[in-house]
Amino acid sequence: MNKLILGMITVSLLAACSSPAPKETASSAPAAPETSTAADTSASTSAATSSQATPAASTDTAAAQAAADAAAAKAKADADAKAAELALLDKRTVYFDTNVDALQAADKETIMAHGKNLGKVSLLKARVAGYADERGSSEYNLALGQRRAKNTKKALVAAGAKDGQISTVSYGEEKPVATGHDESAWAQNRRAEISYDIAK
Amino acid sequence: MLRIYSFFFFLCLTQFARAELTIEITGAGEHQTPVSVLRFTGEDESQRISEVVANDLARTGLFKLVDPAGRSPRDANAVKYAEWSGVEALLIGSVTQQEGDKLVVTFQLVDTVRRSELLKLTVSSKKQQSRAIAHHIADMVYERLTGTPGVFSTRIAYVNRNEGNYRLVVADSDGYGEQALLNSKEPIMSPAWSPDGTRIAYVSFEQGRAMVFVQTLSTRERVLMAAFPGSNSAPAWSPDGSQLALVLTRDDSSQLYLVGVDGSDLRRITFSDTIDTEPTFSPDGKSLLFTSDRGGSPQIYSMSVDGGRATRLTFESGNSFSPRYSPDGKNVVYSLYSGGNFSIVVHDLESRQVQYLTSNALDKKPSFAPNGKLVLFATESSGRGILATVSSDGRVKQKMVAQSGDIREPVWGPFIKAMN
Repeated sequence: MNKLILGMITVSLLAACSSPAPKETASSAPAAPETSTAADTSASTSAATSSQATPAASTDTAAAQAAADAAAAKAKADADAKAAELALLDKRTVYFDTNVDALQAADKETIMAHGKNLGKVSLLKARVAGYADERGSSEYNLALGQRRAKNTKKALVAAGAKDGQISTVSYGEEKPVATGHDESAWAQNRRAEISYDIAK
Repeated sequence: MLRIYSFFFFLCLTQFARAELTIEITGAGEHQTPVSVLRFTGEDESQRISEVVANDLARTGLFKLVDPAGRSPRDANAVKYAEWSGVEALLIGSVTQQEGDKLVVTFQLVDTVRRSELLKLTVSSKKQQSRAIAHHIADMVYERLTGTPGVFSTRIAYVNRNEGNYRLVVADSDGYGEQALLNSKEPIMSPAWSPDGTRIAYVSFEQGRAMVFVQTLSTRERVLMAAFPGSNSAPAWSPDGSQLALVLTRDDSSQLYLVGVDGSDLRRITFSDTIDTEPTFSPDGKSLLFTSDRGGSPQIYSMSVDGGRATRLTFESGNSFSPRYSPDGKNVVYSLYSGGNFSIVVHDLESRQVQYLTSNALDKKPSFAPNGKLVLFATESSGRGILATVSSDGRVKQKMVAQSGDIREPVWGPFIKAMN
């Protein structure tokens, strides 16, 4: 339970640490063109009074509009990317094939996002916990979980995290998330979980 | 390295008066000896010693318990042998309570075929230990009739997992007399009895990762044996009790190490870059069996305790785990995962023959009884982890169902020194 709560705190901490925060970006982005249009309007009004500046002013207005559109598009893209990254950061579990300790291609983006984040925010510490399904002995599965955690850590470091930011632990088959005896349960249990902690 | 813990908070030694397990027996020995256990005169109806003795004998599958049908000779001299033609042995006993809380039990084992007395003994104990006295009598009867020492007085250890609560439990071999050695919110794994039965080594996650503790049963004192970075697990005692084999991940992936029980002279003995785990000593202490995936899949290997080359032992199709020697060192029992099922398998080291003892889909973690006649293992019944035993010839199976929670990681303890 404690870990769950800690996990939720770290999500909000992550949001706070990564700059700028996603919601603010999203709401300020559409507002940007309006602001620049208002400025342009006042500029063109003042241009109308001084006749010689008119063509230049209209060119300026078009250019400003284009720049504003580009900025808006870029801001939107940035916001989308940030949102996507945060969505990836929300995903804190990666999965493994049976008796395999290598990460899957499907989890590459998730690992990249967490690795980059750890690299950016050096105050963050992460713990990777490795788990296994029940098909094996408890001790073999403890060893397998340790290798899954270790490989997950390696990938996070390759993605930008510092070695000292990440600790690993294995619980083997001891803490299943699904208790059935079929592939759908086993697939959920063959996992590594990334959790965050604040540096002491 | 060595730290002694006092644990007034999380250790609670609790004894339950009621039965924790329901026992179900299937199969029968090749030759069942018909025996009759008479009610002991003077025994407490609520704690019948004769009933415990009869149940012990029945569980082996080697005996057919014949109902005395009202016949109740007071002693061997009063036996009318003509009445007992279908029975080969009779157990007759009497119980007297002495001042204080002392029980004195006198029993006679009579051979109804040769019409002779096989055993006549008087044993005594405290009244609260009537089950222990019954197991002791059953051991003597079993040995006299089969020539093999009985294991009814030995104990077993296992982990009970119940809704996120873990208990390390020691119980009588019939599952009664549960005592919790450790209660924890974090997993407990791999209990291992010291050869003299006075201590148990185990893995506990109470400090956030797998660490090895050694606990003395009588004093409840315990020592943190291994807390290196990473996982510390799979403790196994050397037969002389002086060393432990352990699995550590501190240098690499899971590798085997030896360490003195006093924490001295830690040394690494495997150097693979794969998983090496579940070490267990041969009865002569010279070699180790362990599980390794160095060949691509988890299999059983053997190696000298001095290290060096390991030899692969298992070549069955599937994955092999959790090896254990038989007490005479001639056989190895392990858990084989093949075709979607975990089975308990015995490998004869001389003939290299493999025999399936069980196949219940989830049979794991086998260990021999100290007389080599039974194998204890973990299995599942109706969605719950339970204890089970199978005779070493595979004929007689017994399931023990816990009242609550999942039972995991069972291990049969050694013979204990004569009771006082």
